[in-house]
Parts: sequence; C-alpha cells; structure tokens
Amino acid sequence: MGNTVLDVKNLLTQYYTNGGVIKAVDDVSFSIPKGQTVCLVGESGCGKSAVAMSIMGLIDGGSGGIKNGEILFEGKDLLKLKKHELRQLRGNDISMIFQEPMTSLNPVLTIGGQIMEPLMEHELISKKEAKKRALELIELVGIGRAEEIFNSYPHQLSGGMLQRIMIAIALACSPNLLIADEPTTALDVTIQAQILDLLRSLKEQRDMSMLLITHDLGVVAEVADYVIVMYAGKVIEEGPVVELFKNPKHPYTKGLLKAKPVINQRQEELYTIAGQVPNLATLTPSCYFSERCEQCMAICKEQMPKINDLDNGQRVACWLYEEVTTV
Amino acid sequence: MTNEAPLIEVKNLKKYFGEKGGLFQRNVSVVKAVDDVSFQIHRGETFGLVGESGSGKSTIGKSILRLQSITEGEVLFDGKDVHKLSNAEMRNLRPKIQFIFQDPYSSLNPRIRVGDAIGEALLDHGLCEKHEVASKVKEVLEICGLSEYHMNRYPHEFSGGQRQRIGIARAIILQPEFIVADEPVSALDVSIQAQIINLFSKLQRDRNITFLFISHDLSVVEHLCSRIGVLYLGTMMELGSREQLYSNPLHPYTKALLSAVPIPDPTLKRERIILKGDIPNPANPPSGCKFHTRCPFATERCKVEVPEFKEVESGRFVACHLV
Repeated sequence: MGNTVLDVKNLLTQYYTNGGVIKAVDDVSFSIPKGQTVCLVGESGCGKSAVAMSIMGLIDGGSGGIKNGEILFEGKDLLKLKKHELRQLRGNDISMIFQEPMTSLNPVLTIGGQIMEPLMEHELISKKEAKKRALELIELVGIGRAEEIFNSYPHQLSGGMLQRIMIAIALACSPNLLIADEPTTALDVTIQAQILDLLRSLKEQRDMSMLLITHDLGVVAEVADYVIVMYAGKVIEEGPVVELFKNPKHPYTKGLLKAKPVINQRQEELYTIAGQVPNLATLTPSCYFSERCEQCMAICKEQMPKINDLDNGQRVACWLYEEVTTV
Repeated sequence: MTNEAPLIEVKNLKKYFGEKGGLFQRNVSVVKAVDDVSFQIHRGETFGLVGESGSGKSTIGKSILRLQSITEGEVLFDGKDVHKLSNAEMRNLRPKIQFIFQDPYSSLNPRIRVGDAIGEALLDHGLCEKHEVASKVKEVLEICGLSEYHMNRYPHEFSGGQRQRIGIARAIILQPEFIVADEPVSALDVSIQAQIINLFSKLQRDRNITFLFISHDLSVVEHLCSRIGVLYLGTMMELGSREQLYSNPLHPYTKALLSAVPIPDPTLKRERIILKGDIPNPANPPSGCKFHTRCPFATERCKVEVPEFKEVESGRFVACHLV
C-alpha cells in the first residue's frame, strides 16, 4: 500500500450532548489512494463532516473527542502527533475547504494577505515571493484581474469567487490531500459546475488526492472515483463509483438513488424512504437503518451487520448479503 | 385550458429596490429585482419559477401575494388587481392565497404550540367556530403526514421535514385557491425531500390548488410543475411547458442551466456548457440582453439591443435574438 495517502482505521468520534454521548463516527475505516477522489455521502447527521473534522484535528475537546482508531497520513498517525507537528501538516500537506466561503475567510483581512499567510507560515519564504505566488494562485483558480483581487476584501467578491479563493488558499502549499466539505452546496448550479470542473482539473494536474464530502449524489457521480455511503455514523456501503451507482446493494443506497428526482427521467411518484434518521443518542444494537428498511428481517433488529466484501470490489453492511459472503 | 381565464395574471411587473434615498431623496443605485415580467398561471396548474440567486424569483412570489409593494405593473387574481384592493378587501382575499416558506423553523413562533399555530388563522378570519378548530387541525395534520398528538408540541420538537409539513398544514387549512411555495424543499435531505415532494403531488391531485412553485433545483421543478418560467437577473428568459423546456430548451441560459445540473450517473458523458464568470451585480446589469456577458453565443447585437420576449410557438416564449 505504498501509494495510500490516507488510511483511516476504526475511527470512533464522540460528541457529548445534552441527550447523552453520541457516536458521530462509529468504527469507520477507509483509505484514499494517491491521486484518487473519495466521496463521503450521506444525509445530515450521518457523521460525514465529523470524519473530516477528526482527520484535521478540529474536534473541540470540550464537546467531543476521538476515542479510538488511527488516522495514518503517509504512514504517520495524526492522532499521535504533537500539536505543533500537526500544525505543520495542516494547511501544508493536508488542507481543507469548507461549505461557506463567506464565513471561512476573515472579513477584515485582504484576500491577498489570506493567501500569503499559509505560504509564509509553511514555506518560510519572503513576503515578496509570497505575493508573487499568491498572484499566480489567483490566476490558477480561474480569476482574472489578480492584482485587483489581491487587494480586495471578502465582502467585495461573490460566493463563487470566494470559493475559488478558498481553493487557492488550500492549494497554496501544494497539499497531497485536499478535504472538501460540501464545497459547492452554497453555490448556484452554474457556479457549482465551474467549481467542480476546477477541482477536477487541479486534482489531475497535481496528482492530488481528494476527500469530498457531499449530500448530493449528482456531485458524487461527477467527481468521485470511490464512494463511501454513511448512515448514522456507520459506513453502510462503499465501492468504485460506477459499480455503486449501477448496482447499489444496501437498501438505503438504493433508496437514496431512487428518491432523487433526476432531470429528463420524470416519474409520477417519487420513491420515498419512510421515517427519518434515528436519534444517535438512543441507538440500540441493531442495523441502524432497520426501522426505515423495507426488507427488514428479525436479525436486523438484534444485531449490527458487519461490513463485508463482495466480489466486484463493493463492500456492504447488510444482513441481506451476509450468507452470500460467509458460504 | 387556454380558453378559461387564468387565475393569476402578472402583467409587466416591476419591482425596484432602493430607488430614492438619503436626506434629499436623491436617486441612489437602483436594483431592478424584477424587471418587466409577465406570465399567467391557469387554474389548477403548478407553475414553476427557476433561476439562480438574485434572479428575482422570490420577489415575484411576494409581489403576487402583496407581501410587498410593487413599482409598476399589475397582478390580477381572478381578474382583480391585488395591489389596488383596499385593506378590507385584501383581508378577505388573504385566506385564499397562502405562502409556504423555505425555512419553516424561522416562520413558526417557537413559543406557540403547533396546533395553535395551524388553527390560528381559521379563527382570525372567522372561518369556523372555536370548538371546531381542533378537529380541522387534526384533519390537515393527517393530510400532511403528522398525527393528532403533534398538536400540543412546540416547533423545536420537530425535525426539518416535519416542520415543513407543519408549514404546509398551516397553508392548506384555510382551503386556499392559490399557494406560493418558495423553495419549500431546498433545506431538506434527499430522503425527506422526496416525502415532501410527494405530499405536494398529493395536494395537487386531491385539492385542486393552484401553485406557484419557486425553486433553484431544476429536477424538483420538472417533477412538480407543468409550466415553467426561467428567470435571469429579474427578466424572464424563457417560458414554456415542462416538455418543451426540458426536452428542447431554446434559450442559451436554459440550456446552460440544464447542462449544469449534476446527474447521478457516473457513466453518462454529456456535452456541458460551462458558463464563464459570475452572475452580474443586479444593481448594475449588463446592457442589451442581460445574459450576453456569460452567453457563449452572444453577438454584437446582444450587447446593445434588448431582445423581445416573443412567442415562438403556442404557449412558448423566449427572449433571445438567436431564436
């Protein structure tokens, strides 16, 4: 596995809430090979952002913590690093872009200053050199008028432009891994298409790995090489993008794909998944999807299914496929 | 359908923001949020308005219901000009025209029980006796997929999908003829979104309510609407039936919008039109055709001359020099 960039093993992240301790990320394992895009999909509260926060070491110690597991980035366990060692990695070898570009940029600093900051912090270059690099980065993410943008403040730019700036900041130190948490959710469709296009071409040019977090299966189909579907903190299915969309195995994945209205494929009635996401604080040992599942069996209510390999590279955690793999 | 008089007729609607300002009422920068938009909504149909942020779709919705004043133009409801009605006449009209908001949480009072919030308008308009309210609330809750015991709960006790059901219940309890739904499913997760979309389909079938459905999501609009208008910077670019618009879009903007929607099929290879640049600032829109700065087919003519919104085939309007 020499070309694995990130290897997450049995990650358990908890949050302490008024309702009790919840497992936001519950025994999640996956890896990202070099140059690949892995997508984490799921609905709100499934733990997809908590995975990203755990990797970046951004879980606030007062409200939660990582209780178990390893996060190996290029062989080093991020969870065992000292604070200053982690700080050297963040924004340098691993960087992240967020959903709301407006709130992730500092409103009182210029765009240029914010792009130069990681360069000067991590690459120890002069201010003059950093400015030159910053201007190049603004050009790289497809905004003209680099000099003008360099001196402007966040409120002077549109959401799409700000997201490009966020990408420029994230790419400033040529990271090996880019984590993008719902990078296009707050943007209009035509702007979303631009940003996805940009991310795709940058990833290819730089042979960078990407962890993209989204709730939109359309976005997944456009950019992912490998897809991981999460539900209530658990990975319930994963596989290469083409197989997973062509032949989803888990009833939840199937349901999600059927429930989404698709252009030029109109049906009279949309398929729906009954009920809603369970309360994470009151889960009992069972398949967490069992209450909403149409194919629920007795065992689903008693025991959590393990995630098993299927022969075509897909993996699924569902009792329906259990015999197939054990026989 | 065309023989019958339309329920809603919007004629040359204009809504400008920030016209006069400052101490001496000088003209300051004017944002033409809605700039000369006309369309009709027939009885019983669901009309969709799509467009990106700043296109003026919500402003149109609010103008139709007179939730805000308009600068110029007319909005006819059943032949009557809504903006010329007296306050008393408007009050009589209110129960017939209802609004469903995007974010149901901020449109519900956190300290009022859901049952009271839904039943309030009934009493307020004197549409039923006090002792009948509970049974009517129960009835609409059930239509909307909630139960009787939900009446005594507060908004914070509900999930996003359930709150949207409450918003819908509150709108339909008055048995309105017309509902404006402004991005009612945008804040919801896929599995919940499908439930609410189906609820809308059910209301369309069972209650013969006329809807104006506002959304930026073209796939949701295709699912629910029979006729659709495409807005860009306050101007209607194209209007037509669902079949016309989705199978054969004529305006370059409609084409680009449709091709920008990500489709959940990784094997699909589409020819995409990726628009360059951003949506221009509505306070300073481009001259001529407002779309010319981003249009891949723009000519010199588009920069100077505003294209006419013309009927190209029956019921199909396009504002483009190239069509």
